Amino acid sequence: MDNFTFGITMLICGMGGTILTLWIMSLVMGLLGKLFPEKPEKKEA
Amino acid sequence: MADAIVNGLSGLTIGFQMLAGDWRNGIMLIVGFVLLYLGIKKDCEPLLLVPIGFGCILVNIPLSDVMSNEGFIRAIYDAGITTELFPLLIFIGIGAMTDFGPVLAQPSTFLLGAAGQFGIFITLIIALALGFPQLDAVSIGIIGACDGPTAIYVTSKYAPHLLGAVSVAAYSYMSLVPVIQPPIMRLLTTKKERMTVMKAVAKPVSKTTKMLFPLVITVLGGLIAPKGLPLLGTIMLGNLMRESGVVSRLTKASENEIANVVTLFLGLCIGATMVGSAFIKPQTLIILALGFVAICLDTVCGVLMGKVMRVATGGKVNPLIGAAGISAFPMAARVVQREGAKWNKKSYLLMHAMGANAGGQVGSVIAAAVMLSVLAGMGIIR
Repeated sequence: MDNFTFGITMLICGMGGTILTLWIMSLVMGLLGKLFPEKPEKKEA
Repeated sequence: MADAIVNGLSGLTIGFQMLAGDWRNGIMLIVGFVLLYLGIKKDCEPLLLVPIGFGCILVNIPLSDVMSNEGFIRAIYDAGITTELFPLLIFIGIGAMTDFGPVLAQPSTFLLGAAGQFGIFITLIIALALGFPQLDAVSIGIIGACDGPTAIYVTSKYAPHLLGAVSVAAYSYMSLVPVIQPPIMRLLTTKKERMTVMKAVAKPVSKTTKMLFPLVITVLGGLIAPKGLPLLGTIMLGNLMRESGVVSRLTKASENEIANVVTLFLGLCIGATMVGSAFIKPQTLIILALGFVAICLDTVCGVLMGKVMRVATGGKVNPLIGAAGISAFPMAARVVQREGAKWNKKSYLLMHAMGANAGGQVGSVIAAAVMLSVLAGMGIIR
């Protein structure tokens, strides 16, 4: 594979893959945050 | 008798003769002393620069056999660098030390961590344009991850002859983040943008979410980029141990004893790759220059992503926090806080920047993992 094709492939797949993966992770973590919200500690009577 | 004495004495002077015969060893001895000076006197990453500097001195003393087949550093090198074990053990420690709470409180800051990795790929292209072979260019680009262990992991695997230059560049520029980033941040933002006060992050994160985070990231990241699973898995293992709170002995060992011992060995091994004949080449200077370019580009892209987020949120985001989307944790976040406070005393960006910085920590590992998996997909590595 020539260097030009290699470089462009790495830029598109590598950077695109990184952004996509982190975006998916941010969505999943946002969802988890909603599913398991922090509950305030109950005060003992 | 006289011959025997002369021969015996020549054995004591041959080191000086050989040092005079190869100026490159002399230069590298000076480099070793400079690294020691930076570590000891200037407090630049001393945990690494001291063993690196000393390793560099050891290997450049003529007739030194520390890296020969029976040499003691060669034994450590083969055990921990050739096997890729040391960077991974360091990663367990990093995971055990890192609180990902700020990024979990604001998952959108993951995107700043992604933008902070652009430098890797642009530098890779520049390295290719300068004529470096493909896997060498990958290893040079990875300096832009601003993450020593990741750079060492990738370089030791695919371009071991560049390990010294890449590692020194990665760690040196990481320690220079407070010098490199502020001018770029000022250049790319307006005074109004820099003065933006961001609302405090008040959203607490539950312990369940914090514990699920390493598991989700490992499985999801592993499925997307399996070639980087060792990197991702080890950092997340360390973090799971931290957040679960049930293995405090292992957590403490990972962030203290194991990390300390491995850092010592890792530094010695990196220093020992800096032998004059292999290190003093125009190529090394180009690699150091490209490493600098990579970290500048990371900062540029991070700040630009911050500006995009500012537009998307109607001006609520201070774009300076984008500069923290790199892996130098928590140094980059502190730089952002300091820079923000310089322009507006009421601006308190630290928690937002910590989110971006933690995102950058994950982002650098993900970028390396994705890169390796893309390379495997293209059939360039197995």
